[in-house]
Amino acid sequence: MEFEDYYEVMGVKRDATQDEIKRAYRKLARKYHPDVSKEADAEEKFKRLGEAYEVLKDPEKRAAYDQLGKNWKAGQDFNPPPDWDAGFEFSGGGYTGAGGDSQAYSDFFESLFGRGGGGFSSAGARQREFHMRGQDHHAKVLIDLEDAYQGATRNITLQVPEVDASGHVITRQRTLKVRIPKGVKQGQQIRLAGQGAPGVGQGGSGDLYLEIEFKPHPFYRVEGRDVYLELPVAPWEAALGGKVKVPTPSGVLDLKIPPNSTSGRKMRLKGKGIPGKKAGDFYVQLKIVLPPADSEKAKAFYEKMKQELPFNPRAALGV
Amino acid sequence: MNDEILNGVLLDEDCMLTLGELSRACAMHAEWVMELVDEGILEPRGTEMARWQFAAPALHRARTVLHLQRDLGINLSGAALALELLDEIQDLRQQLYRLNSSC
Repeated sequence: MEFEDYYEVMGVKRDATQDEIKRAYRKLARKYHPDVSKEADAEEKFKRLGEAYEVLKDPEKRAAYDQLGKNWKAGQDFNPPPDWDAGFEFSGGGYTGAGGDSQAYSDFFESLFGRGGGGFSSAGARQREFHMRGQDHHAKVLIDLEDAYQGATRNITLQVPEVDASGHVITRQRTLKVRIPKGVKQGQQIRLAGQGAPGVGQGGSGDLYLEIEFKPHPFYRVEGRDVYLELPVAPWEAALGGKVKVPTPSGVLDLKIPPNSTSGRKMRLKGKGIPGKKAGDFYVQLKIVLPPADSEKAKAFYEKMKQELPFNPRAALGV
Repeated sequence: MNDEILNGVLLDEDCMLTLGELSRACAMHAEWVMELVDEGILEPRGTEMARWQFAAPALHRARTVLHLQRDLGINLSGAALALELLDEIQDLRQQLYRLNSSC
């Protein structure tokens, strides 16, 4: 386990006031909030930030951490010394869950401060004949664009907090095999009834919601159910027209290019986007690519074009 | 691991959520969802509250508001503004991408 420098995470000095820490948190939380930020690792950063704030905003936790942390540097291999927290009384109290839904703290945090809320004594609840439906859970599932065309099954691993026989909260891994139906769009949700948290007493289990997210694709771009591709073509293909091969997520197609096509010309393959009751379209945008003049033969050819084609690309500019 | 393949319900364009389903999926009271409607963040179909129907994307919107409220201490009108700006940024990004790819 590596030592976490919470001051470094929050970008504040070790002698920062509580107000400074609060301001730093507010500012960074806005920057890295996963619903707002477009940074790739925003979620991870936001989680670490929430954890750092959980400790530093609480004067008692902060004092304990300071006492422990003077000689440690971030990333160092770390194990808490025995009785490091003697004299402090923060065990189990005052978790605000700044990290949002993901209540899971890092191993480092948990080794020091224990686990946050979540889970309650099921034994006590049962005695009072308490019934409550389990919570709904939410997770994201990353799929390839091709999966939206063909449908797929995906293994989804969830971290489930549970209360064990002795009343401790433990995290259990649970893997589900889920069918991703054909025709899903970015951001759509799949509801799996009864796959959320178990209920209490006779309350049923909650549901599990999976939000679909497409992995970025190297050459396709997706908008709703429409798919876009920039297709490189040779100058003679654009000028003379003809059939060219086009990759699509459902396989290679032949596309007929009209003669005298210009760079940037958009063509639509109707219904070849993501399938559905109203299937999307597949848009091809032509991009004319010049063969390099990197051989004597190629140079001679360009030279010949220059001599024989009366063409001024700047005619419209009047020069 | 259980080898059974689970089939979920895809919440597509035709799928509507009731006030109860939406509140439950956000783990919030119905009153909170009603506030979102009052603020104009969610627009249910149906005039009678008991028969309100929310289009599936409402779930994502409501949960974003929830996170903004909880994590950043933003109030409802602030969250409504943030949502609109996020939508706008999304549109602009798409346009930017289109422009970049057509050069």
